[in-house]
Amino acid sequence: MSWLLALPFLLPILAALLTFLTRGKPCLARTLSVASCGLLLLTTLSIFALVETNGILAAQMGGWPAPFGITLVADRLSAVMLLVAAVVGLTVALFALSDIDAHHEQLGFYSYYQLLLAGVCGSFVTGDLFNLYVWFEVMLIASFALLVLGGERIQLDGGIKYVAMNLVSTLLMLTAIALLYGLTGTLNMAQLHLAVAGIDNPLAENLLAVLFICAFGIKAAIFPLFFWLPASYHAPPVAVTAVFAGLLTKVGVYALIRTFTLIFPAGDNLAHDILLAAALLTMFTGVLGAAAHYEFRKILAFHIVSQIGFLVLGLALYSPLALAGAVFYMVHNIVAKTNLFLISGTAQRLTGSFELAQIGGLYRASPLLAALFFIAAFSLAGFPPLSGFWAKFLLVKASLDQAAYWVAAVALVTGALTLFSMSKIWAEAFWKDHPQNACTGLATLTSADRIQRLSPVVALALITLVLGLVPQPFIEFSMAAADQLLDTGDYLEAVLTPPTN
Amino acid sequence: MEMALALVIGILTATGVYLMLARNLLRYLFGLILLSNAANLAIFTAGRLTRASPPLIPEGLKAPDIPVANPLPQALILTAIVIGFGLLAFSLALIVRAYRRLGTLDADDMRIAEPKKKTKRGTEHS
Repeated sequence: MSWLLALPFLLPILAALLTFLTRGKPCLARTLSVASCGLLLLTTLSIFALVETNGILAAQMGGWPAPFGITLVADRLSAVMLLVAAVVGLTVALFALSDIDAHHEQLGFYSYYQLLLAGVCGSFVTGDLFNLYVWFEVMLIASFALLVLGGERIQLDGGIKYVAMNLVSTLLMLTAIALLYGLTGTLNMAQLHLAVAGIDNPLAENLLAVLFICAFGIKAAIFPLFFWLPASYHAPPVAVTAVFAGLLTKVGVYALIRTFTLIFPAGDNLAHDILLAAALLTMFTGVLGAAAHYEFRKILAFHIVSQIGFLVLGLALYSPLALAGAVFYMVHNIVAKTNLFLISGTAQRLTGSFELAQIGGLYRASPLLAALFFIAAFSLAGFPPLSGFWAKFLLVKASLDQAAYWVAAVALVTGALTLFSMSKIWAEAFWKDHPQNACTGLATLTSADRIQRLSPVVALALITLVLGLVPQPFIEFSMAAADQLLDTGDYLEAVLTPPTN
Repeated sequence: MEMALALVIGILTATGVYLMLARNLLRYLFGLILLSNAANLAIFTAGRLTRASPPLIPEGLKAPDIPVANPLPQALILTAIVIGFGLLAFSLALIVRAYRRLGTLDADDMRIAEPKKKTKRGTEHS
């Protein structure tokens, strides 16, 4: 069954080709895009089920045994990331049907979207560092194209900053990979785990660790490397921002977690100290940015930064509970964050603007949208009993267990500030009346728009509710995933044992 | 030989970073090109430099009978060059488009996505 591992990136690539060829027939391209995302969801579900029952799944491409060929691996972390990526992929593809106009469709929006998904899924399943670089590039070039598609002035400006920073990150990653290869002579992650453990050269190890932190840190938008994110994420159409917010930064965090559990495990103290400091500063500065802004999407963009801090915190604390918290937080955050951006898009369609000062009255216009925003926003702020509460609870408990009280304090203050900025949106956009002097009044959605825009939001809100109200199985799964990350024996066995057949 | 290549990598990196610190986007791009070549050379050097033969296996044998060069770094560089070429071509096209649309190549003048507050002193006169 290990051939299944190739499908998460083959399917979107195929769909990208087909949607490119059919971009002149929007109806067909739309169907293909949604159908491919549906198939992707089914594939990732079956991979998830297989990993749960059979343990870690590994496939050697072309039949070459592990250190020589290209390896695809899925452990619990990869499997759950694939699954969430597919959920986000499908919901945003549905939302895009009403959000993306004919001009963008003509330019090939669906092809780039599918390529982006291929890059994201490829990064999650690869077991080889150079391959990770290649998938990062696939993802990057697709995201560049999506960001500037249509070529509006604000998009070009935001796009240049995004492209400039991310190209630096790929160069740092390439250099780090080169030096690591020179040091160990291998690029297979499982083999690297053994090879790096055999090196007695702390200086070289620390240097490489810092290079990898910088490379993946730019991609993940950790402090102080995050400034490109709020500069560019409010420029493209909402569907694009939503998928960027949900998936792209999380791929950076996934790469960090993979690197610093498998290749450079805990012995390396410098790396984890840097990560801890970066995590705390990311959490705090991100939320301060969110508190200072008065534009719907800019507030949400700064929240992405702040939440990345929580994810990295789980890695930096490096205990089973902390890593489990990071896994749970990742799932919760991808779902809630994507949902908030989709809601901001619908709010913009209804009121005509993202500026909080110029909109209002949404609660009266659409109580359903207000309820959905309430679920997503207060989950993100960590309000019990929603999913964000359990995610934060795990991380705070992990830091208290290690007697890192000030870490817990920063996490709690950040949560309070998140609540403050969310209630700002709530009060301005939903609660207060629509300003009389604004040029555009409240619009109404057509019934097709209503289905295409609201059903993805409802689905994601339901996931948030289930995660929050029945957390036990999900927390147990996160604990199991964390154990798998810390105890690398199974991973090494699955990858390095030659196939028996 | 390693020393010479290390020096070349160092010079390329230094020049690249210097160019990338410029406000002009075209200079930034040239800096990036130099830096990406430095990264490629770093892969090449990391793969050990030897005066060995090409990695070919004689007919009838399963392994080469004499020491051969390491082909992996070259395969990696090839991939990296192709990817780098694509990315740089895209960036150049983006910069040209931005120049036509925004009328400037100065990164500091591009403040559409993050406009300055009206109360502060702007850079509009430049």
